[in-house]
Amino acid sequence: MIRPIVIVGASMGGLRAAESLRKGGYTGGLVVIGDEPHAPYNRPPLSKEVLAEQVDHAAVAFPIPPVLEDVEWVLGSPVASADLEAQSVTTAGGRVIEYSALVIATGLRPRRLELAQMPARGTHAIRTLDDAMALRSELIPGARVVVYGAGFIGCEAAATARKLGADVTVIGKGPVPLLRPLGLQLASDIQARQEAHGVKFVMNSNLARIEGTDTITGVVLDSGVTLPCDVLIEAIGSEPNVEFLHGNDIDIDDGIHVDATLHALRANGQPWDNVFAIGDVARFPIPQFCETTRRVEHWNIPTEMARKVGQILSATMTENPALADHLAKPFAPIPSFWSDQFEVSLLAYGLLDQADDIRLLEGAVGENCVYGYFKGDSMVGVCGIGMRSKIMGYRNSVGLVA
Amino acid sequence: MLKIHVDMDKCQHYGQCVFEAPTVFALNDDDKLEYHATADDSELENVERAIDVCPMQAIAFAK
Ligand SMILES: Cc1cc2nc3c(=O)[nH]c(=O)nc-3n(C[C@H](O)[C@H](O)[C@H](O)COP(=O)(O)OP(=O)(O)OC[C@H]3O[C@@H](n4cnc5c(N)ncnc54)[C@H](O)[C@@H]3O)c2cc1C
Ligand code: SF4
Repeated sequence: MIRPIVIVGASMGGLRAAESLRKGGYTGGLVVIGDEPHAPYNRPPLSKEVLAEQVDHAAVAFPIPPVLEDVEWVLGSPVASADLEAQSVTTAGGRVIEYSALVIATGLRPRRLELAQMPARGTHAIRTLDDAMALRSELIPGARVVVYGAGFIGCEAAATARKLGADVTVIGKGPVPLLRPLGLQLASDIQARQEAHGVKFVMNSNLARIEGTDTITGVVLDSGVTLPCDVLIEAIGSEPNVEFLHGNDIDIDDGIHVDATLHALRANGQPWDNVFAIGDVARFPIPQFCETTRRVEHWNIPTEMARKVGQILSATMTENPALADHLAKPFAPIPSFWSDQFEVSLLAYGLLDQADDIRLLEGAVGENCVYGYFKGDSMVGVCGIGMRSKIMGYRNSVGLVA
Repeated sequence: MLKIHVDMDKCQHYGQCVFEAPTVFALNDDDKLEYHATADDSELENVERAIDVCPMQAIAFAK
């Protein structure tokens, strides 16, 4: 029997890889394995609409195009291990699936608090639809919500909880929320706007302890201050889902290390010919923006990587000459993200955290604005509030000057 | 002929579609999305890409 192409991770990256393979002309077997029980769905609404409205899976599910009719979906079934030499993966249920090529799109999971005492109820993280649904039922008017972590997911969840009438406090370790991704100016501006809506911030702080045995009742900061708390949202970053690869010769330090054509790399830096990693779990070179390899947890990345891998694999499997030039061409995306918090709707292109100089290009603090993020003479990113056409106008000029 | 529909309740005017299919989608002077409800078949791939990259998943082919 001819072995199928196996995709591990049935979310946006996995779905788009399957689509791209079929569009590239690959007609052979395709198996998509995912640990969640749900068919692929869109994650960004989880910290926004899904918390605020009574939204279910159907409202966030990605449409499955007709070209994917004959894909075998193995859902609710985590892959427990892989043998890259034998070219097979094994599910937690013990099913062994042999592959011709493997596409890994297993994404991230939230880092969770590991405190000596954790109450049974009232602590949450947001990564999956089930996480968001569980949290939603507790976000009631007057609930005392503490968000631990002041990154995008934390700040968005804070805004959504506040809109639902909760009493919200964000605890962050830096001087202002969103400092690393946005820089001081824009980050301070967003903090002020959040505060105007009644969100409180306790910055330069860490959680030392949680109070409550059955249900959470409070959190204790390292300063000794106690905040009463009914709901704790942990938004302290994430970890790549790579454990199933243990025991193989593959570099999985801080995500799966891939080369410019998204082939997974062995410990010695040599690529696996038929193993690829895409999306949040992949650590890739992005020389247009920075010198080191890195993960980029933005929504446009899985789709672009999936397209690339689909083209490469289709070209190899079908010997389609039209796709042959994709084989060597390096992956070169322009990262892009957005974020919605109250009336603030941010749009960005590039890798803002590479900048050593940030300048206001248009508009004014507290109003609609566009900031340029510079490293030396290069504009490595652009980000703003409102002013969509202006921001988009800069998209094609972001990147390091050669 | 392609028929295109954008759910304007969902669309947040992010303009991602504009980069993929500039002859079909545009942001107007108020930064609001405007689009052609029909497009030539030659735009198929571009519109498919626009559907994929829309953060709100607001774009679909109309029947
Ligand atoms: C709450 C939230 C809000 C976000 N908001 C924004 C936003 O506003 N803007 C933006 O640009 N980006 C946003 N993002 C980021 C964006 O959603 C991600 O970049 C994107 O989902 C990554 O897709 P992926 O397919 O790589 O990984 P994921 O979507 O994480 O999918 C990985 C899948 O693989 C499964 N899996 C893991 N291990 C295994 C295994 N061993 N076997 C089988 N299956 C496995 C996982 O359960 C999951 O279903 C947000 C993310 C979250 C969580
Ligand atoms: S990408 Fe989607 S949300 Fe953005 S303008 Fe186009 S249709 Fe609207």
